[in-house]
Amino acid sequence: MLMRVLRVLGRQREATVFIIAVALFVYFLIDKGSNFTSKSNQVTLWSDFTTPIIIIALGEVFLLICGEIDLSVGFVVGFAPFLMHYLIDFYGFPGLLALFFALLFGVLVGWINGFFTVTIGVPSFITTLGTGFVLLGLIDTTSHDEPAAIPAQVMGIGKWLQYYAWAPIVWAVALAAVFHIVLTRTRWGLHTVSVGGNLLGAREAGIHVGRIKYGNFMLCGLLGALVGLQVMYYTDNIAPTTGSYTYMFYAVTAAVIGGTAMLGGVGTIVGAFFGAVVLGILQDGFPLIGVSADPLYIIFGGAILISMVANVQLARLRERGQR
Amino acid sequence: MTATTPPGQAEPANPEGDVLRCEHISKNFGVVAALIDVNLRLGRGEVLGLIGDNGAGKSTLLKILCGFQPPTSGRIFLEGQQVTFKSVDHARSLGIDAVYQDLALVGQLTVFQNMFLNREVIRWPLVRNHVMRREAREHLDEMGVQIPSVNAPVVTLSGGQRQAVAVARSVFSNPKILLLDEPLAAMGVKEGAIILDLILRLKHEGNVSIIIIAHNYAHVLEVCDRINMIQGGRITLDKLTAETSADELTDLAVAEYRKALEERQRQER
Repeated sequence: MLMRVLRVLGRQREATVFIIAVALFVYFLIDKGSNFTSKSNQVTLWSDFTTPIIIIALGEVFLLICGEIDLSVGFVVGFAPFLMHYLIDFYGFPGLLALFFALLFGVLVGWINGFFTVTIGVPSFITTLGTGFVLLGLIDTTSHDEPAAIPAQVMGIGKWLQYYAWAPIVWAVALAAVFHIVLTRTRWGLHTVSVGGNLLGAREAGIHVGRIKYGNFMLCGLLGALVGLQVMYYTDNIAPTTGSYTYMFYAVTAAVIGGTAMLGGVGTIVGAFFGAVVLGILQDGFPLIGVSADPLYIIFGGAILISMVANVQLARLRERGQR
Repeated sequence: MTATTPPGQAEPANPEGDVLRCEHISKNFGVVAALIDVNLRLGRGEVLGLIGDNGAGKSTLLKILCGFQPPTSGRIFLEGQQVTFKSVDHARSLGIDAVYQDLALVGQLTVFQNMFLNREVIRWPLVRNHVMRREAREHLDEMGVQIPSVNAPVVTLSGGQRQAVAVARSVFSNPKILLLDEPLAAMGVKEGAIILDLILRLKHEGNVSIIIIAHNYAHVLEVCDRINMIQGGRITLDKLTAETSADELTDLAVAEYRKALEERQRQER
């Protein structure tokens, strides 16, 4: 019986994470002392904590499935708003156009990551480590380590991205739904799985392996830029400290907890989505029930290790079940 | 019918009847000659066994025939027309499809997804799973390939089933010529029977000509019309299966080993 349940859970990895997410939610819910259930806290939980993790995780899942990773995306988050600010305040760009270029910048960083990884042949771990540092340097140099105010022209758009309380999570859910369909029901998604699952085989089947990888790097960069703009509205200024590895680490953690394999070929959007929800709830809930935020990372680390062990064990169980 | 064409000799008697013909193919990698003046022909509907030891040049010849790499010299005729393969895709568009040893299957995808890999049926932007599922099932049934379900991930199939799916996929695109690279490698008798049965079925239908590359010829004698043996980059035997035997092939192989051994001992002295 237990074996059977484990086997089902192994096949439906998303179910495991979903159950954990619900259990955590209920746990904080029944702690009457906290104001976990208040509307303002729910907005913080979903829109401010969980949304950025979900959106970036979407990009990382596609990259991890096709056998790559993007460590630089957190610095795209940091630089995109600055680029928008420079274009508007120093070069007189209209607000919308500047926003568009900020998003395009994310795509460009993705292309550069793709160029070094696919065309030059540097492992993406190294490539994106490098581009991440370059972006960090760019943020600090161009901003002189000073935060900037959000240009008045783009304040109006902010409500669609962040100021309406539930706007961010609506974005996240909608994007996750679209990306889930892309991964499971389009050629792009199937070819992404193929490239990560059997690189040589995908090439022999005539799939343009490089194009898939380039595309997924660019996708990840675009999502990073989008999150950058959302975070800008959330923090109500453009801060040089926004750019960091944190977003990427959370997103990759969400993906891994959700069953995405680091070796490629395996992973789901639904799993990463609930992985992000788990991280969001932990991040939001612990301070509320009076636990210091400090041991949070211990829990995150433990969650990663446990889920990886589960991955390995369930894969073994699955194999045994089929024999 | 031309029964035998001794290596390096004149044209076969009925060149029109050949779907594929290679003339004086050589391939050098630097100073190493991997293929030396290879002549090879494949009749329409014929199953040709290309056998030889590791390093004899089988794989090199396969890679040339499927467009993966060009020969250093020599000419290839497809249905009488001289062709130069620019790429694997190009060769495929001309009707030559290869099933490689690694099978080019994606374990995490289902059987039907693999069957339609990179030629998915789509109604933009989505793939039409029900159409592909149905067609894959029909096609596999037609070919007598038995698998648990077209929805099963390939990773859950046995080696023989995977090979059968890979062959069925290649046949799907109606190739004129099918190249099978070691189709029975690492396979037990029962598993191998699945593939031999599949090859016999294809042969019976007669729509496709097949070259089977193998280093263990015991398997392929069963299904091949004709055997070419390749040794040291040269074709050293070209006989109808009925006119040769496992003994003759073994003798040839043993003779080569003996020669190599003597050569080595002479050098050491």
